[in-house]
Amino acid sequence: MSSKIKSLKYNGKWDFSPSIESIEDISLKKEYQLFINGQFQKPISKKYFPSINPSNEQQLTKIAHAESKDVDLAVNSARNAFNGHWGKLPAKERAKYIYRIARIIQEKSKELAIVETLDGGKPIRESRDIDIPLAAAHFFYYAGWADKLQYAFPNRTPKPLGVVGQIIPWNFPLMMAAWKIAPALATGNTVVLKPAETTSITALLLAEIIQQAELPPGVVNIITGDGSTGELIVNHPDVNKIAFTGSTKVGKSIMQSISSTTKRSTMELGGKAANIIFEDAPLDQAVEGVINGIYFNQGHVCCAGSRLFVQESVYELVLRKLKDRMQSLVVGNPLDKNTDIGAINSKEQLSTINKYIDLGVKEGADIFQLNCELPNGGYWCPPTLFTNVSQSHSIANEEIFGPVLAVQTFRTTQEVINKANNTPFGLSAGVWTDKGSKAFNLASKLKAGVIWANTYNKFDPTSPFGGYKESGHGREGGLHGLSPYLNLE
Amino acid sequence: MSKRIKILKTYKIFIDGKFPRTESGRYTQLKKDNIPLANVCLSSKKDIKNAVLSARNAFESWSNKSAYNRSQVLYRIAEMLEGNKNQFLEELILQGVDSKKAILEIDQSIDRIIYFAGWADKINPIFGSVNPVASSHFNFTILEPMGVVAIVAPEDSSLLGLISSIIPVIVSGNTTVSIASEKLPLCAISLAEVISNSDVPNGVVNIVTGEKEELAPHLAQHMDVNALGLNLENKVLKDKMVFEATNNLKRVVDISQYNIQESEFEAPYIVKNFMEAKTTWHPIEKDFTSSNKY
Repeated sequence: MSSKIKSLKYNGKWDFSPSIESIEDISLKKEYQLFINGQFQKPISKKYFPSINPSNEQQLTKIAHAESKDVDLAVNSARNAFNGHWGKLPAKERAKYIYRIARIIQEKSKELAIVETLDGGKPIRESRDIDIPLAAAHFFYYAGWADKLQYAFPNRTPKPLGVVGQIIPWNFPLMMAAWKIAPALATGNTVVLKPAETTSITALLLAEIIQQAELPPGVVNIITGDGSTGELIVNHPDVNKIAFTGSTKVGKSIMQSISSTTKRSTMELGGKAANIIFEDAPLDQAVEGVINGIYFNQGHVCCAGSRLFVQESVYELVLRKLKDRMQSLVVGNPLDKNTDIGAINSKEQLSTINKYIDLGVKEGADIFQLNCELPNGGYWCPPTLFTNVSQSHSIANEEIFGPVLAVQTFRTTQEVINKANNTPFGLSAGVWTDKGSKAFNLASKLKAGVIWANTYNKFDPTSPFGGYKESGHGREGGLHGLSPYLNLE
Repeated sequence: MSKRIKILKTYKIFIDGKFPRTESGRYTQLKKDNIPLANVCLSSKKDIKNAVLSARNAFESWSNKSAYNRSQVLYRIAEMLEGNKNQFLEELILQGVDSKKAILEIDQSIDRIIYFAGWADKINPIFGSVNPVASSHFNFTILEPMGVVAIVAPEDSSLLGLISSIIPVIVSGNTTVSIASEKLPLCAISLAEVISNSDVPNGVVNIVTGEKEELAPHLAQHMDVNALGLNLENKVLKDKMVFEATNNLKRVVDISQYNIQESEFEAPYIVKNFMEAKTTWHPIEKDFTSSNKY
């Protein structure tokens, strides 16, 4: 390979004509209530908080803020449903309700995708092609398990836990709701779910779908609020299990709160995934995978491939290809079908990301950012990568949850295994090599719950997802997603 | 105003997504209390050959569809059947089932489709395996569909019996040729119409009517059929088919061993019985120097 590095020229000729998804058919309510016992109810406190479109900072609607008494009502209604009709319903019939939810999500997928993009800032291409179809698929998949549990756990009589409290993040709002609710219902539990403060709307549209599916009242309760509402669910004495997806910091504090109780838990927490490129890898494909690994959903992905390790012999070539590919990314209006990188979900998150970018520079790494115009208003961060990064840098150790990639190099397999595993996290990892035997070797040595070989950020309802170490415990998806919601004694 | 004259339905056979009459031109008149109900096709060896060919052609694309997709297609059959209940009710009653039992049979049939639809993406997690071989290899076993499965449907359960024979076979990606109940063929053809309306690709399900004793041996002898699913009370015919099946070592599954009427029929083993196990070996690079630290 010639050492002369060629570079593509970008001078504005790569613009696409805008192709904006129409929001004409979308009518959001002026305010959204709490979904308790099958009904939409005003919060007892009468408090509401605004929901903002992060791409233009305009208020979309107001969301009810649930406080202590509202949480009591939701938990009680879930308990009554569990002790009543739902608990006695044959598994076969339970399945039919869950199938209905899947089908209605499919029917409404377009409006759900648009609202997800308006509320969360993610590109419409992703909400349309990934978030919403996966949400529907998750319900469809777990519906089928409801009457087949005895085959998943031979010699056991699987029993539901009771009322499960579920707290989900803002990066994949509807999909996370599906990941939580579908297995809980399939296994016969009842649910109190709280979406994230900045992205509550699609969860409430899901509540409308649940109503339309005629799910018995109280089986699923969806209440909105901030961290304090989540805390009330965690600490409620009549909740049997907490399923949480979010930061490792909050996950640890939840574990502390429930440590002296009999509550069960699953935790899907942070990550700092290694994405490893060997010299024998198909490099164009690998670069594509690295781009998808870190810039998918603005990097708001717990399994984002935020640490790239490139074998030294191909480092310069990979870096050139990577920078070229970055220059072709389209940052802008999330509703534009050409957009690759949408808005950062919130002001707070943008300042966290910027803090890390500053730290990266301060600690001595070299920064490279996509040279592009950012829209006026809203929260934006151009795709960023750092080279000259060492293992001790903050950007190589801490979860940034934004479009920021830290690039390091390695010489031997042994070295990269050590470097990749040198983290408190262990959610996922990526390996790029044309040698199958090497991929399987790495898969067995990397300490992470999901290994992607020659691919990245792939999700499927049949495939278990979850982390080692401080990335959490328990799995969601597949056969392994059932037992966290079951008592198998 | 004069009384409206009802349109009578022509019952034809179902091959490759189309509804031809038998190429032989033969039929038999189905009667109840000496009143003719329908003229039913007496299919021939040529019809069987056409049906097997269609099933073989459909196999590659059906078995390559994602399990999720197959699952949804089967769910769609249930949706269509739910909306066509009245037709089946009428036919079941015409064929001598009392109305209460007919309603139950239809509900059971719909629920059974939903049940087996759910297995599409769950058979391999339950029956597949990763095998801890002693050498440095990644070794795993998955179940795959067999190919073309020939089905002889039960005689006395015209709807539930046929559905219970076909759905667990196609859910894994097999394609089928079925011989409907000889005495009670009406629901079979109406089911074919539902299936044809349900996103099931042409050729995945083929259904012929006629005399079992004549038709079944052709299926058992056919060299492009991979397995037989039999519901046969006629011991002589059954033995003959099992014997003929040895010509290309067709797998033979006696579906009548499972009690179709009961809910215990709903189990994954019948699905597994129409699948082959495939084991793959792949080396894992062995690196004695590499550590495996936490």
